[in-house]
Amino acid sequence: MKFIDEYRDPSLAKGLLDRIVKLSKQINETVTIMEVCGSHTYAIGRFGVRKMMPENIRLVSGPGCPVCVTSIHDVDVALHLAAQKNVIFATFGDMLRVPGTHGNSLQKIRAAGADIRVVASAADCITLAEANKNREVIFMGIGFETTTPTIAATIMACCKKGIPNFSVFSAPKLIPPAVKALIEDPSLNIDGFLCPGHVSTIIGANAYEIIVQAGRAAVITGFEPVDILEGIFMILTQIVEDKKTVAIQYSRGVKPEGNPRAREVMMSVFYPGPSEWRGLGIIPESGLAIKETYQAFDALKKFTVPETHSVEIKGCCCGNILRGVITPNECPLFRRTCTPLNPVGPCMVSSEGTCAAYYKYH
Amino acid sequence: MKDDIILLGHGGGGLLSHELVTKKFLPLFKNIYLERLEDGAVFDIEGKKLCFSTDSYVVKPIFFPGGDIGSLAIHGTVNDLAMCGGVPLFLSAGFILEEGFPMEHLEKIIESMAQAAVKANVKIVTGDTKVVARGAMDGLYINTTGIGVIRYEGIISVSSVAPGDAIILNGAIGDHGAAILSKREELGLDTEILSDSAPLNGLVENILKASVNVHCMRDATRGGLGAILAEIADQSKCQIVLEEKNIPVKEAVKGVCEILGFDPMFLANEGKMVVFCSPADAQKVLQTMKVHPYGKDASIIGQVGKKDAGRLILNTIIGGSREIDLPAGELAPRIC
Repeated sequence: MKFIDEYRDPSLAKGLLDRIVKLSKQINETVTIMEVCGSHTYAIGRFGVRKMMPENIRLVSGPGCPVCVTSIHDVDVALHLAAQKNVIFATFGDMLRVPGTHGNSLQKIRAAGADIRVVASAADCITLAEANKNREVIFMGIGFETTTPTIAATIMACCKKGIPNFSVFSAPKLIPPAVKALIEDPSLNIDGFLCPGHVSTIIGANAYEIIVQAGRAAVITGFEPVDILEGIFMILTQIVEDKKTVAIQYSRGVKPEGNPRAREVMMSVFYPGPSEWRGLGIIPESGLAIKETYQAFDALKKFTVPETHSVEIKGCCCGNILRGVITPNECPLFRRTCTPLNPVGPCMVSSEGTCAAYYKYH
Repeated sequence: MKDDIILLGHGGGGLLSHELVTKKFLPLFKNIYLERLEDGAVFDIEGKKLCFSTDSYVVKPIFFPGGDIGSLAIHGTVNDLAMCGGVPLFLSAGFILEEGFPMEHLEKIIESMAQAAVKANVKIVTGDTKVVARGAMDGLYINTTGIGVIRYEGIISVSSVAPGDAIILNGAIGDHGAAILSKREELGLDTEILSDSAPLNGLVENILKASVNVHCMRDATRGGLGAILAEIADQSKCQIVLEEKNIPVKEAVKGVCEILGFDPMFLANEGKMVVFCSPADAQKVLQTMKVHPYGKDASIIGQVGKKDAGRLILNTIIGGSREIDLPAGELAPRIC
């Protein structure tokens, strides 16, 4: 397939791997490279990239799966909203099996009668709301800068069209504050970041200056295996030459300035505030809440949510996995009590989740 | 568990379905025929070796590009019998209809069934019809059960799979799953992928004529090629090694997978099968398949390795390797 096969070319991959091996020999220590994005984790697993790496190149996964970083409190709130009478709860499919505090999940409450629909985009909710005028459609708004402009655009469209029965449970997150938290975490020692290609189409390259200021390598990387190998090669080059910059490997998608129009749409509906990330805790200015102008579309204003006492699942190591402190194999629950069939934590649920990718593609 | 309930994933052909069958049905229905867990049961009646299989069809939408629920209900059961090495002969057809279902649709569906039965050389010899109140179900469901006779000398079973066996696939994977998914209104995709729904008994007859060393056959329906091979690896306790570069996938199917984030390895097929045969006969079987219309894109996709825990390993297109497990939950419900 055009624009795909070129980036899965075995001879290109082999050439890049040879160069990676050569560079790795010039570095004495172990190099830790974090892929921030869940789609990278998935591709690394699917194409077997991890096993191709030389011994001293360690690939760790970061907090780039939007489902995984959603706090258990937000999961509990979603479960509450979805169970309300007369509500159609629309969500991305990966959210269905994430367990809340009491082991319930959207999938389980759907089987018990809740009306939960899987949508591919927030915009699908417009049709859903128009077709079900006597019911309330709530969209679970999770995701990063790639997804959030589409949620904002949907809210704006519903406002313009005067659709009264649509609202968003707003839980989106911003990537740069999380990257900053990872750099500042003394327990982590990340030498280079494979920065997320699609998030960067929106936020641009400047957003990652914090990484190079901290003396680490940063390469905005695409999602095909050849992209990823080239991204790793570029990180190693920055380390060997000791010249850290925010480089763009994914130049067919990312402009240095990003997409200012999409950011403008996003920030006309949302404003930044503190947000709780699973594994990383509360990070200031890392979440997005709905502005007062659009509060008619804020599910948290429209519905009463009782105080929920959310408790992290006992023994679950998703938090440490999301920070790259441990790999799934080091979690005592992995493959034993925590499997894709009976996921204990969200990293085992989402296809972009680190544990699911390790389980599926080890 | 008392509060356990059935989830959509229990019908997905993956881990949940597997658990339902092995932990709930099998212990209570236990007998030597069922516990083989193959596509159909194989038994002797007064010196004649027969195969017997059943399947229910709940596909949505009922009319899809390249087929409909009627022809699918014939092909599915015919193929299950063929995978046992049998010649399908007689089918039953059970219909469950919802009050208010358009007669015109029913006529179209049974016409399509009749044509498919003629093409597959089987007769529908008994049937049943039930109607339930509006809202109690979704339109129309069909069950077909079939019986066939086995004339092949060798034993076609997952237990015959042996180290060194070649694994041959009859064509591109994922067509049926992609065709159904692209027609689901909520996805709004505009592609013209046709389902591969087809009767494979003619192809199987030729394969079995060409080689006396066919060990196992399986059609890659629900759960796709990945799920059935993971199951065979597990049941045979043999390692299976696949070469991704030899597994054909059509461009349009790749496109749907890229957009929706699916892996073609786990997309449903309704006219695709794998044959396990001794390596010496692999070329002979391959060439036989290639001259049949339903096998013209056949290729050898892998080999059975040593006896081990039953791992399925895929050598990826870029030279890496990964293990494939049964998919966990629902990939997409009501695909067949």
